[in-house]
Amino acid sequence: MVDILVTYGIPAAIIAAQSVFLLVCLLVFVAFILYADRKVWAAVGYRKGPNVVGPFGLLQSFADLAKFMFKELIIPAGANKGVFLIAPLLSTTLALSAWAVIPMADGVVISNVNVGILFIFAISSLEVYGIIMAGWASNSKYPFLGALRSAAQMVSYEVSMGFVIVCVLMTVGSLNLSDIVNSQAGGFWNWYFLPHFPMFVIFFISTLAESNRPPFDLPEAEAELVAGYAVEYSSSPYMMMFMAEYVAILSLCALTTILFLGGWHAPIDIAPLTWVPPFVWFWAKVIFLFFIFAVIKAIVPRYRYDQLMRLGWKVFLPISLFWVVATASFLVFTGTVPQ
Amino acid sequence: MAENQIRNININFGPQHPAAHGVLRLVLELDGEVVERCDPHIGLLHRGTEKLIESKTYLQAVPYFDRLDYVAPMNQEHAYALAVERLLGIEVPIRGQLIRVLYSEIGRLLSHILNITTQALDVGAMTPVTWGFEQREKMMVFYERACGSRMHAAYVRPGGVHQDLPEQLLQDIYDFCDPCDQALDDIEGLLTENRIFKQRNVDIGIVSQQEAQEWGFSGVMVRGSGLAWDLRRSQPYECYSDLEFDIPIGKNGDCYDRYLVRMEECRQSLKIIKQCIEKMKPGPVSSLDGKIVPPKRAEMKRSMEALIHHFKLYTEGYHVPAGQVYAAVEAPKGEFGVFLVSDGSNKPYRCKIRAPGFAHLQTMDHFCKGYMLADVAAILGSLDIVFGEVDR
Repeated sequence: MVDILVTYGIPAAIIAAQSVFLLVCLLVFVAFILYADRKVWAAVGYRKGPNVVGPFGLLQSFADLAKFMFKELIIPAGANKGVFLIAPLLSTTLALSAWAVIPMADGVVISNVNVGILFIFAISSLEVYGIIMAGWASNSKYPFLGALRSAAQMVSYEVSMGFVIVCVLMTVGSLNLSDIVNSQAGGFWNWYFLPHFPMFVIFFISTLAESNRPPFDLPEAEAELVAGYAVEYSSSPYMMMFMAEYVAILSLCALTTILFLGGWHAPIDIAPLTWVPPFVWFWAKVIFLFFIFAVIKAIVPRYRYDQLMRLGWKVFLPISLFWVVATASFLVFTGTVPQ
Repeated sequence: MAENQIRNININFGPQHPAAHGVLRLVLELDGEVVERCDPHIGLLHRGTEKLIESKTYLQAVPYFDRLDYVAPMNQEHAYALAVERLLGIEVPIRGQLIRVLYSEIGRLLSHILNITTQALDVGAMTPVTWGFEQREKMMVFYERACGSRMHAAYVRPGGVHQDLPEQLLQDIYDFCDPCDQALDDIEGLLTENRIFKQRNVDIGIVSQQEAQEWGFSGVMVRGSGLAWDLRRSQPYECYSDLEFDIPIGKNGDCYDRYLVRMEECRQSLKIIKQCIEKMKPGPVSSLDGKIVPPKRAEMKRSMEALIHHFKLYTEGYHVPAGQVYAAVEAPKGEFGVFLVSDGSNKPYRCKIRAPGFAHLQTMDHFCKGYMLADVAAILGSLDIVFGEVDR
């Protein structure tokens, strides 16, 4: 009995403690990322953005949190109550669980699994269920259309995302996220965004589509579907949908950082840059990518449904397929296939 | 058998829809995302303006026109003032005419900037709106400085305009033109060559020249299709014939061309504004006929006759000779006309208002059929609908 406790109980407790710590940090970070998103958007439009709650409005997200929690939860009469409430829970849980395998520095990861990338990919594929369930269970027309769009969109873009990931995996020879990062050590010329530049662009755009951000925010396009799958939601469930979206955006930014921007490595391995802790480099890159997300939201119009499909299937898919073949051929013919 | 069970989905687009531009309710029949039928339901903002005007004196009717197309209020007042003046047979002094033209063009800018930016908003670009509203805000301050109100001006009145403009205001409007032009450049930089914006607007909602005429279109809706029809040129009123400006026309009659035409018209309006201010010389701003235009307050303190005029004008109003007249102006949204029937009394016998948006909205079904749901928002945005004037 004691043996079992020592062998399993203590590690389990440690992992649980680590997970809780990570989640708390992550959610607080999401609060500020939300604020940053609004501030960037406001700045592009010559506005001030949130500036009332706390110094420079820094606490705005916490005020919003309180507002959402104390609002009345309305469940539409025609809705399927169970599914309606499970949907936001599912979205949030899945979005957060992706962070279990994301390494933020050498060894700073809750679970360093060997198929980390597949885990993240599986999780982000499942996230579409949250949206489909939300749209379907609302039993209302606008959310339903939003759910349909979202299903088609996320499936389409995951196909090309998959091929992009395959390209990187072939170059690294490992599915472990820490290995992927470590194979890019040495300086920014080793980062994969240079040799795989077209893939980097495709992957970044696909992450926009995957996280339903403009110009691919069709499932919640307010000019057509008002708020898409979230129309019938209010109070905490709405907040959870919203939060899940931002956590997912962050995890996709983290994934881009890991795959293409050298993870926690400094751009050049010289003295002042290496003093900065790896953890800081990792988050600096994630925040930089998020900043681009935020600026893109401010400046681009929205694609139409068929144009979005065309981009995914007729542009991204052929290019990424070609790149997979090209990468494989290059590795084989130059004899540089990783062992 | 299974075929019979497939049913198109009917959705309500509005009246509380962010892209419905007010209180439009569109009943859409969708086959997937493709629009099969688009049925506009109007009347939610009907206030009986025409009927109300019949029980008001000619002067009291003016504010009703602000509330039609509330995006460019003075242009409507202008059409009404022209109609009454034609019945009365009075002339407006040149300074009054220039002020009217000046404010009509500010109204055109107000309306076009709102429309361009909301059209962008309807296809998902969220920043031009805030950039455009900064300019609109400045122009509304010009409205306020002229008449005391940001929107509902009641400034253009039969006989001229209500008050003279201060010199400083004219200078400020003149100084506003170049920065506004810059702001338009910025907005254009964000939209005109944007690939997504073009994909969303080019070849969407095409109106051919013939269709434009058959449906009774006017304004940008015909110019976008390539017909150079502009009342300011084809039937010049006020002093438009002395001013220099171009009439931009489109080529394909799609949403994108209409956007481009509006953009160019904004720049032409700025040009007209500058010319008006350059031409402005001191002088009376409204007709000197004391039987029509109320006297100034200072004059009333000295002149018995002015006092009597004032009393008569603000109680009974003036009588307009019997007859009927149609006066139209080139409002930002198209030909805005007022058909006035007078029976010789102090109130109009009938006042029929021709609102351009009404003619444009009726074609929604015709133009949306076969397009996708997202295009409905784009087409509606490019029609430039304001419900104040459609529902009246």
